[in-house]
Amino acid sequence: MTRLLEARGLDVLLGDYQVLWEARCAVAAGEIVALLGPNGAGKSTLMNSLSGLLRPRAGDVLFDGHAITGLPAHRRVSQGISHVLERRRLFPYLTVRQNVWLGAYAREARADRETQYQKMIELFPIISARANQLAHTLSGGEQQMVALARGLMSRPRLLMIDEPFLGLAPLIVEQLVEVIRRVNQDGVTILFIEQNVERALSIASRGYILESGRTILDGPSSELLHSAEVRRIFLGG
Amino acid sequence: MGFVYALIAAGLSLIFGLMEIVNFAHGEFLMVAMYVAFFAWALLKLDPLVSLPLAALLLGTLGFTVYHGIIRRVLDGPMLAQIFATFGLAVLLRSAAQFLFGVDFRTVSQPLLAGRVALGPVFIGVPQLAASVAALAAFVGLFLFLSRSETGLALQATAQDRHAAALMGIDTQRMFALGWAIGSACVGVAGGLLAMFFYIFPDVGTPFALLAYVTVALGGFGNVPATLAGGVLVGLVEAFGGLYLTPALKYSAVFALYLGVVLWRPQGLFGRF
Ligand SMILES: Nc1ncnc2c1ncn2[C@@H]1O[C@H](COP(=O)(O)OP(=O)(O)OP(=O)(O)O)[C@@H](O)[C@H]1O
Ligand SMILES: [Mg+2]
Repeated sequence: MTRLLEARGLDVLLGDYQVLWEARCAVAAGEIVALLGPNGAGKSTLMNSLSGLLRPRAGDVLFDGHAITGLPAHRRVSQGISHVLERRRLFPYLTVRQNVWLGAYAREARADRETQYQKMIELFPIISARANQLAHTLSGGEQQMVALARGLMSRPRLLMIDEPFLGLAPLIVEQLVEVIRRVNQDGVTILFIEQNVERALSIASRGYILESGRTILDGPSSELLHSAEVRRIFLGG
Repeated sequence: MGFVYALIAAGLSLIFGLMEIVNFAHGEFLMVAMYVAFFAWALLKLDPLVSLPLAALLLGTLGFTVYHGIIRRVLDGPMLAQIFATFGLAVLLRSAAQFLFGVDFRTVSQPLLAGRVALGPVFIGVPQLAASVAALAAFVGLFLFLSRSETGLALQATAQDRHAAALMGIDTQRMFALGWAIGSACVGVAGGLLAMFFYIFPDVGTPFALLAYVTVALGGFGNVPATLAGGVLVGLVEAFGGLYLTPALKYSAVFALYLGVVLWRPQGLFGRF
């Protein structure tokens, strides 16, 4: 198993408050991996440390075998890491087209911009239908599609998505799951955060479970689904 | 004059929109730009209109330097530190100007453009007219840059969500520095234009800065195109206030308008908040 991404021993502070305690996770090339945990466990904090928005106080992040722990977020994009933030976070007063277009801002991505944009339209037809609409006027589901397209414009090797299904109708969720699978089949490794254990583990082949800032459990989806520990954390029983 | 106000305000608004920092030294930047134009004329025999690129360039450099030297250091600090940083800079620049150039009023005499033309029923000075046209042109240029160019889009993206922007591969620190450079260059152009017909002295920036804050607040904070509307409105109220009330009351009219709008729509006429 060649590891595309690996994080170990991450201690991360937000202000004076330590959120992560020796958190870890690893993703192999080609995998779909889920990051699970109750509210406030530190899932987003971990992902933000992987993309470089946060700097850990201790620990290492390795991408493709190289340490990237000190690399700022904007330079990790060119390495092949893409991160779709919690709650979509589109640029509200830019158009859909401008939002998606900016996904390929990094110099390495600019050459393929037009072809990649066409691919995104194929994947999400709403992009061409709403091209000139301001992003903040879209519905939640539409925003998530645009956010995913924007994240894929840089042709990443690793796509990290923070709670892609939050607040969306079942039909839209199904569509998005379909897209995520397709993207993965095209060779993009995926790490995503999701609160719903069953849903998460039906999409992912492996999962990591965070509780109070610590990685307490990891393994294949089938194992986690039947683990008593998982039942304790998520069902309170 | 409205267009010149709009240009000064656009610089202020750009910086605020980008990083939620009000540059309290904005008026002093304008004063520096006017002295640049004055000395280019006094020492190099360059008309302010000719030295305009020089003023823009020098002020842009000043903005860039101020960002890297001061602002970057207080960015994560408390709000009060940010206020004192730019306020302190304002005091420093004004005292330095008093010390170096004295408190005398200076003017650029025998400018390239002079005289008056009739514009319908009103007469307007040729330099004032030229300043308006040039300021409008600079404003349109700024608008096109922000809305059409790759870098302009990256600036807007950084202003709207700096974390999401960083994840696009945008170097947000660079955008902040660029925003300060461009915002200050706007003041450079405005100062050069004002130097054609306005007295130059260390405190000259203060009333203009005050009008710029009003203009920005009228249009809506952080919304650059809206500052054009704000600037034109302030210019018109000032002009008609001077015409129909007494000239001494024209600024009262502007501030009355400001109070009215703020009470009625605190986010500004075109504000987004
Ligand atoms: N700016 C901050 N300062 C201090 N503590 C914070 C800050 N932001 C978040 N926290 C705390 O850090 C902890 C982890 O937050 P994080 O957002 O990583 O959790 P999460 O697992 O993503 O939760 P959720 O499922 O609700 O998204 C929480 O206890 C939260 O209260
Ligand atoms: Mg979260």
